[in-house]
Amino acid sequence: MTEIANQISIDGEKIEFEPGQTILTAALAANVFIPHLCAHPEFEPHGSCKLCSVVVNGRNVSACTVVAMPGQEVQSNTPELNGRRRVLLQMLFVEGNHFCPGCEKSGNCQLQALAYDLEMLNPHFPHFFPDRKVDASHPEIFLDLNRCILCELCVRASHEMDGKDVFALAGRGRASHIMVNSPSGLLGDADLALTDRAAHICPVGAILPKEVGYAVPIGRRIYDVEPISDVAAHMHPEFLLGNK
Amino acid sequence: MASLETVVEPILARYRRDPTALLQILRETQEALDWLAPETRQFIARELQIPLTRVEAVTQFYAHLYDQPRGKFRVLFSDNITDRMAGSVALMEHMLKRLKLSRGVVSIDGLVSVDTTSCTGMCDQGPALLVNNRAVPKLTPRRVDEICDLILTGAPLADWPAHYFEVEDNIRRADMLLGAPFKPGEAIRAAIALGPLGVLGEMRKSNLRGRGGAGFTTAVKWEACRNAPETERQGTERVVVCNADEGEPGTFKDRVLLQSFSERVFEGMAIAAYAISARKGFLYLRGEYFYLLAPLEARLADMRRENLLGAGICGVETFDFDIEIHLGAGAYICGEETALIESLEGKPGRPRIRPPFPVTHGYLGHPTVVNNVETLCKATEVVIRGGADYAGHGTRESTGTKILSISGDCERPGLYEYPFGVRILQILADCGAHDAMAVQVSGAAGTCLSRQEFGRRIAFEDVATAGSFMVFGRDRDLFDAVRNFAHFFEHESCGFCTPCRVGTALVARIVDKIAEGHGARYEFNELARLHEILRRMSHCGLGQTATSALHNIMHKFPAVFERRLISKDFEPGFDLDASLEKAREIAGREDSSAHLGVEA
Repeated sequence: MTEIANQISIDGEKIEFEPGQTILTAALAANVFIPHLCAHPEFEPHGSCKLCSVVVNGRNVSACTVVAMPGQEVQSNTPELNGRRRVLLQMLFVEGNHFCPGCEKSGNCQLQALAYDLEMLNPHFPHFFPDRKVDASHPEIFLDLNRCILCELCVRASHEMDGKDVFALAGRGRASHIMVNSPSGLLGDADLALTDRAAHICPVGAILPKEVGYAVPIGRRIYDVEPISDVAAHMHPEFLLGNK
Repeated sequence: MASLETVVEPILARYRRDPTALLQILRETQEALDWLAPETRQFIARELQIPLTRVEAVTQFYAHLYDQPRGKFRVLFSDNITDRMAGSVALMEHMLKRLKLSRGVVSIDGLVSVDTTSCTGMCDQGPALLVNNRAVPKLTPRRVDEICDLILTGAPLADWPAHYFEVEDNIRRADMLLGAPFKPGEAIRAAIALGPLGVLGEMRKSNLRGRGGAGFTTAVKWEACRNAPETERQGTERVVVCNADEGEPGTFKDRVLLQSFSERVFEGMAIAAYAISARKGFLYLRGEYFYLLAPLEARLADMRRENLLGAGICGVETFDFDIEIHLGAGAYICGEETALIESLEGKPGRPRIRPPFPVTHGYLGHPTVVNNVETLCKATEVVIRGGADYAGHGTRESTGTKILSISGDCERPGLYEYPFGVRILQILADCGAHDAMAVQVSGAAGTCLSRQEFGRRIAFEDVATAGSFMVFGRDRDLFDAVRNFAHFFEHESCGFCTPCRVGTALVARIVDKIAEGHGARYEFNELARLHEILRRMSHCGLGQTATSALHNIMHKFPAVFERRLISKDFEPGFDLDASLEKAREIAGREDSSAHLGVEA
């Protein structure tokens, strides 16, 4: 018996994987970009944003949750899948209140970067204009849930890395929202420090350090310079190490 | 604060301050205090030593837990399409008028609130409502008046006439299950005579498939759980869960099985436990069936007394098994097995990533079998008659019988048990549906069949169903069903994944826009596009099926939409003239030149 090669194909291109890697981590390690928002190399897969949806042997799955197996034929960068991903991005944009031009995260924001990369030209759907609060009670950190995309990275970072449980997902359906663990519900009364992982993990501009305003001018920020599809792998060297 | 402690302390003690019982603790606390005030939530978080956000997250997730006062009497009208067809909308309006209330707003004196809730499983005897989680079926204008009077006098529910709360079985056609005599202990003894491997063998021969909708072969599930590798962390414990979160609109067969055949259900669980060596069992009962809790607990007590549950069942030393009942609190998503397990663990019911499947990683990580109420009842038949005999009924791929919950436009709504393979036409004739135009099979998430398809059969290989069978007569407007289902799914989406959370809301908005007369071909096409996104990209079955009925109706009954769509390519969803109302009010103008385009 010959050993089966640890190889999958993505859009016809053969890539090697380490046993235990998901399709997403294997792809990124091989410098093949699959769009994603809620996936992060330091955490277990979450599978909620669905941006990384791919077709594996004819089935629709999330690349971040499916373990790579020899022989998988993955379709990812196809007009059809990118079209559906564009709809998901439009859904995320109309669901919250995203005003890119005035946002301190502009240029460093993964939602915005993916929208550029997938050529999302407009929000398409009517905006929901939800009534969400800005919480500026913390001396060093802003919490602006208008921009939240419910990826739960802050929840996971606070729990798993900081050991604090500052954030949690509450509510149901469209009323789902991130809430802060303090008696007042305000970030100022919670146990969040600027040095916490949770304070810096937000892929959009919902959690931002205060007193840093446009230190790097717009136009010279991460995704202003290179599209997210080129940046992703070297932004997260962990992906290249083959960590799950 | 003393009173808070006196109420909550015994509840906490009964659940051994176990955070996995959080949902049960909150439910029982609310039962005593009417709502979960901030100080109550803080107290419980403190006592269980969990973050306050965990208590908040659970409270906010379940529709029947309240973090705002909802009154001493909390009335919820069942809002399934069949309740609507039976007149629930007018009855609720009537109650609101009598009580001088707006929907969803608590009366100023804090006495009462009236709102709607998803299908309460009384479709054969609707319209129905829940008052403080107790079901009241068969509503009439007179009954609503009487209820208003009782509420206004503040009479406690215990003093209300008992017949208000009577729920009928309405068994119209009985077969292998509903018609067979059953002696308590019969199935467990038959299983013991076969031995665990013998039970699995008979189950395999029977080819019994899950009755919850997915149709997975039960023997395969049980074997996978039995053979799940032991893990260091979880040891060898295995769990049996009975899914009695019967939330699919139009389904009520589990309610009848739990009301009148509970010994079958529990023995089915014991047989599963025996086959996979589980010691722990849960019945996850939907909160809407709260009235069944006491009789079910009594049945469990009987079975323990008769040595059909507990340690050394029927004298078999190694056969230890007992069952705990957990209640839901208003969340359709908990019918999805991994969401149900999350809920059993005292968390919001958000579906897990699969794989791993519950058979290897279920309740608290233990290998877990989750079976539907009806499936477990069928397991008792398999061990009693033998798998080969069982497989002789129904069709080759769909063995045995299936219980249908029939409601809507027919003379005799209720339960009908048929061998698999029965044709839709036959069913319609039996229930007295003489002018059916459409049947919605398997609930809001199911399939809408047109008259041309009435020759098809109920079977996994043809029309698969979890049991809901809602009949629409010739004079009905299927658009009402479309709209009802769209709002149902928007309300019940758990919010975890993008396509379902946002997509169900978008679908509901578009359907409303069409209902209001502003829908064009553009909206029709948008619905078709969203159907593809939801179907292909959603995390779980809820999102994947949320637009199935919509899609069916769009294709099979195009006139339902066409007569509503305007001929323009597009029209904005807002009413330009109505949006000037505030300005007119401020300016004190009502003349014709203060209106836009009113000529039409």
